[in-house]
Amino acid sequence: MSELHNYTLNFGPQHPAAHGVLRLILEMEGEVITRADPHIGLLHRGTEKLAESKPYNHSIGYMDRLDYVSMMCNEHAYVLAIEKLLGIDVPIRAQYIRVMFDEITRLLNHLLWLGAHGLDIGAMTMFIYCFREREQLMDVYEAVTGARMHATYYRPGGVYRDLPDQMPQYETTKWKSQQDIDYLNESRKGSVLDFIETFIDDFPNKVDEYETLLTDNRIWKQRTVDIGIVTPQQAMDWGFTGPMLRGSGVEWDLRKKQPYEVYARLDFDIPVGSNGDCYDRYLVRVEEMRQSARIIKQCIQWLKNNSGPVISNDHKVTPPNRETMKNDMEALIHHFKLFSEGYSVPAGEVYAAVEHPKGEFGIYLVSDGANKPYRMKIRAAGFAHLSAINEMVKGHMLADLVAVMGTMDIVFGEIDR
Amino acid sequence: MIDQAMQSVLGWWQLLPGGWRLLLWNTGKILLVMIPLMLAVAYYTLAERKVIGFMQVRLGPNRVGYHGLLQPFADAIKLMFKEVILPTNADRFLFLSAPVLVLGPSLAAWVVIPFDEGLSIANIDAGLLYILAVSSVTVYGVILAGWASNSKYAFLGAMRSAAQMVAYEIAMGFALVGVLMISGSLNLGHIVHSQNGGILHWHLLPLLPLFFVYMISGIAETNRAPFDVVEGESEIVAGFHVEYSGITFAMFFLAEYANMILISALIAIMFLGGWLSPLQGIVPDSVFAIPVIGLLLGHGIHWLIFKTAFFMFNYLWFRATFPRYRYDQIMRLGWKVFLPITIVWLVIEGLAAYFKLPPWFN
Repeated sequence: MSELHNYTLNFGPQHPAAHGVLRLILEMEGEVITRADPHIGLLHRGTEKLAESKPYNHSIGYMDRLDYVSMMCNEHAYVLAIEKLLGIDVPIRAQYIRVMFDEITRLLNHLLWLGAHGLDIGAMTMFIYCFREREQLMDVYEAVTGARMHATYYRPGGVYRDLPDQMPQYETTKWKSQQDIDYLNESRKGSVLDFIETFIDDFPNKVDEYETLLTDNRIWKQRTVDIGIVTPQQAMDWGFTGPMLRGSGVEWDLRKKQPYEVYARLDFDIPVGSNGDCYDRYLVRVEEMRQSARIIKQCIQWLKNNSGPVISNDHKVTPPNRETMKNDMEALIHHFKLFSEGYSVPAGEVYAAVEHPKGEFGIYLVSDGANKPYRMKIRAAGFAHLSAINEMVKGHMLADLVAVMGTMDIVFGEIDR
Repeated sequence: MIDQAMQSVLGWWQLLPGGWRLLLWNTGKILLVMIPLMLAVAYYTLAERKVIGFMQVRLGPNRVGYHGLLQPFADAIKLMFKEVILPTNADRFLFLSAPVLVLGPSLAAWVVIPFDEGLSIANIDAGLLYILAVSSVTVYGVILAGWASNSKYAFLGAMRSAAQMVAYEIAMGFALVGVLMISGSLNLGHIVHSQNGGILHWHLLPLLPLFFVYMISGIAETNRAPFDVVEGESEIVAGFHVEYSGITFAMFFLAEYANMILISALIAIMFLGGWLSPLQGIVPDSVFAIPVIGLLLGHGIHWLIFKTAFFMFNYLWFRATFPRYRYDQIMRLGWKVFLPITIVWLVIEGLAAYFKLPPWFN
């Protein structure tokens, strides 16, 4: 009888659970995985190199496309890095708006993660439930920036514009009757802030709905408890951040440990897990959604009561008011310079990081004093997580690989860059 | 006029040789079962998409025909006209015979299903045994499909299927032994008759654990969620039928749905009194004599359809609710939970039979 060998399974890039274009070479012994070798690079778009050939402002849009489910958080790290180099201040209202949108983005990301994770493990109803809520948040993005995904809303020195006073409403079509439209427009009567507030007030109930389907479900627990255990030491050794690290019980969150913007003024908790398995990471993320809702609520209160500028009036960096441009020579020059060659940034290097929904998302910028970065390096949380996949799935079964990949919340936009 | 037509048809009938008459008569009976069954399968797929759609706050198909009512035909036509792709390294003969091996038994099993008093294609005494035998042939089709595709995903699916079906066939078999013990017959018609006498006489109550074991094993046996590891779309893409397309895929699909309906019908027959009315013994017998109402409330095929539809709905409900089990967890459930439950209950049932526990064992 010939000797039995492990056999190799090509998992992806065309695979329903590959979360984009992950290609895994699995060495298997029956259903048990002995080695998982991730191959990346199928979504490489050269973002870091592209940024070197463009004025600083032009790369903000590329940031959205890195992790394309948490768009504004990527922008946030990038504009923070530029602001650090330039040494400019951001108006307080802009900081609140940024924090609010960071948390809305966190909800967007976690909702997609929960839906996809559920779908991977076979609870397909979760996917649609999560997308129902995501849709509303996408509408907020659209109302504020005009784009549902790739917003390009943050600017060095603030945000592009203030929140609109009117939430866009649905109009009658031949597919929808007036009655349907009235129902859809019910929460859209007021401003964007009112709309977000109605959504956030109801959101914890929606999270309860998800938890009813999953948290105490025996099958869900059998599939996630004790799967892909990461000890706190391992998590730190492997460079885990975000929920992957907190799931293992390490209380590390940049929003608390190195507060940026107005996080220090806000009241929220950091959930941590105890066992470091897929189930703990699930619980951590679900609790993070509730905490995000809390943060958003505080931001709405502040934003409703306080007004002010949303972008710095240092017009070397931010565009001047269009009205002043008409009769002020200097404003016209600022505008022309800004939109033709951009601005030069003092020579130096800087690292700025935010607590991205997936972990620590950092931008490392080296400037030689020109109007383009000399070098930009993106620190993507997902890359470190994916690197550990072999250690996490070794000895588990094929079905667990899918659970572990779901729990990593990988998005190939940021891993391949 | 009609009499004349009947006369001429009957005349023709008399003229035919005996063998021909038998052949035509049986073909007619088979068509009478198969055509409604195929329609049921077609609309079951639509119902699945609609029901799960509504459970997931969306509409489901609603473009082909009124509220999507013609969708099954659109799907069928599409599948029939698609190319059947033969993978280069596939075993041609086995690859093409596997879908037949899966679809054939799942249709053949319908032969012994009694739809109403004396209404079945073949009234054979070993009906239960026949169903067990025929339905276990399906496994070969699945394994052959996985093997002949020469694809690793299909192969994994086939291996899972083999293990799963063996494990659950045993639990299912033992559950059926319980039915056999209580009714004293393998003939499905007799099994229904032994439940005559009102809702209390149904096998549901004395065989409650076996009923649940059979229902859950039935879901596992048909590879439906949450036991759909054989297809496990997020793990092994589509499992054993990953390489199939067009009409060959449609045959697997038909077989799966025909099997789901079959299992639902079997549960209704063996545990819920088949065509028997649940109102028997509750409303006075005189009600059943009222012309139309009596017909509706009394025994009849509509009760069987109603009971079957309930279990068919369960399949969809489970699929929308539960995550998928892992392969080894399914095995554990089958061998370590269901098998002991059935064996223990068989002992209890034996004791009940020995002491002639009324109203079931007298």
